[in-house]
Amino acid sequence: MAERLIELKDITKSYGRVFAVGGVSFHVDRGEVVGLIGDNGAGKSTLIKILAGAVKPTSGDIIVRGKPVSNWDAARSRESGIETVFQDRALAVQQTIVRNIFMGREIAPFFGFLDTRKELQEAERLMREIGFTSKVFSPLSIVGQLSGGERQGVAIARAIYNNADLIVLDEPTTALSLTETDKVFRFVRTVRAGGRSILFIGHNIHHVYDIADRFIVIDRGRVALSVTKAEIGSAEKLINFMEHVAHPQGVASFDPSVEEAHP
Amino acid sequence: MTTTSETKVAPVAPPSPPSAMRRFIFNNRAMIGTLAVFLIMMAIFVVASPRVFLNWQIYNSVLVTLPVALFVVVPLVFVVTVGEIDLSFPATMGFASWIFALLINAHVDPLISLIAACGVGMGLGFGVGALVVYGSLSSLIATLGMNYMLRGLIMIITQGKSIALPNVRDTWLFPILTGDLSSFPTQIIWGVLFVVISALIYNRHRFGARIKAVGDNPDSAAQMGISVKRIRLGAFVYMGLGAALAGVFSVLINFTWWPSTGDGYLLPGLASVFVGGTPTWGGIGTIFGGAIGALIVSFIQSGIIAAGLTGFYVQFFNGLIIILALLGHRWNQTRYR
Repeated sequence: MAERLIELKDITKSYGRVFAVGGVSFHVDRGEVVGLIGDNGAGKSTLIKILAGAVKPTSGDIIVRGKPVSNWDAARSRESGIETVFQDRALAVQQTIVRNIFMGREIAPFFGFLDTRKELQEAERLMREIGFTSKVFSPLSIVGQLSGGERQGVAIARAIYNNADLIVLDEPTTALSLTETDKVFRFVRTVRAGGRSILFIGHNIHHVYDIADRFIVIDRGRVALSVTKAEIGSAEKLINFMEHVAHPQGVASFDPSVEEAHP
Repeated sequence: MTTTSETKVAPVAPPSPPSAMRRFIFNNRAMIGTLAVFLIMMAIFVVASPRVFLNWQIYNSVLVTLPVALFVVVPLVFVVTVGEIDLSFPATMGFASWIFALLINAHVDPLISLIAACGVGMGLGFGVGALVVYGSLSSLIATLGMNYMLRGLIMIITQGKSIALPNVRDTWLFPILTGDLSSFPTQIIWGVLFVVISALIYNRHRFGARIKAVGDNPDSAAQMGISVKRIRLGAFVYMGLGAALAGVFSVLINFTWWPSTGDGYLLPGLASVFVGGTPTWGGIGTIFGGAIGALIVSFIQSGIIAAGLTGFYVQFFNGLIIILALLGHRWNQTRYR
């Protein structure tokens, strides 16, 4: 079995008496892509923020490589090797790819003066590592000239520079065209081949089905389904399940064999 | 309006990975454009008035006061790049050079007086910056208010009286700062040195990189762990340092401190930054462009007079050059979103 990278156990988050997350448990192993699916308001974003340390869970444990981590916050999340690429990607689009990769973590050994040569080499290495290369642009290109998928690549390269073992991608393909989505998928597969893990959040089930090895469906703050790709078999079954979750009475043709996979 | 973040502006970059030469031109197009404007303007002046413009005298007279402009224009590029504006630097110039004049007349060592003036300038910059950054005030309005308030304070305390510095010429520091190097005024060396060091900080230092990141997208910069407030504050402190140096040099050139010291630099200083090719929206800018912008603004006045037009034309041509330069930059500044 692959190494268990991170595990969330019975995580809850309540705002006053309202539970945004009501006891969620899941794990991500090394070298796998896990798809986290759920409707708007299901609790996905709260979970991502908890993982990133931006929001403190009300209760529950976070276990990194088998060891529970106390006082979980943004710094602990970083130390544990978790990097979150939020939907807006946190890029500065008038700057070069190099400057974006090293934003806030410049290689500046001489009294704060930048080692631009080393930064350039490092950026080239990172971009090669995720298969983010092109004849059209170089690490010195302006991010604003890149397409949406390529910008996602910059954000992923930056996450890898920070030595992330788990990269959390928040809706990385939303508002992207098919070719751009393919680019992002290529980055994700190369990252996985390099032994890193990805938590892929999306609400386009076809996108998530294509890229992930395992799926976790969140509904109203709880895990409604947790299956591997082999167990569920097809994107249609996943969509069926989602519709069943959304309209429990409305969908008669729900396949009960799927429900058995529910832990 | 429905703008998505994916909206692509017409790409300006060449389609293949650009050679080092082409990349240099592309990256420095604003500065190169400004230089072209300057050279065309000077060519016109030479043609219009060869007797004056083929003579070193006019260049010498511009070089005497140009450094004062450089000391304020260059830090102003930092402030504009970080997404703010500072209209209080003229009063900071006056205030810091006032301290310098008082110390010199109290026979304090000139270097210590200079350092004290710089300290006062940075302190005022810190105060103005803190008001903007921690008070969450609009820098346009807050610095305008600070300019009036500081200038008013100077006026109240001095009762509008100037301070003569008859002995400053005999101090050991005077010839080093504002002496004559054969036919060059020494201060131009200090001015150019300031420009070069500032350009290194802007382009090759962590501070410059973060100034641009914060001006480009403060939310992204904050997400990547940059202290947005500290960087913004730093830009204002740097502006205070530049204003103090400008004030001291202005006093040294005139042997007199006036309560109005610095007042005349507000609009030409701002114009130089934008004529130089730094856009108004933050995130990018050019130090050398700003320096050439200061050169352009300095030469307009003497050029117009030397070309045989009366002083009435100066303001008109001032405006014309600014508008033409901005139109030129409009064409080569692409704003990415």
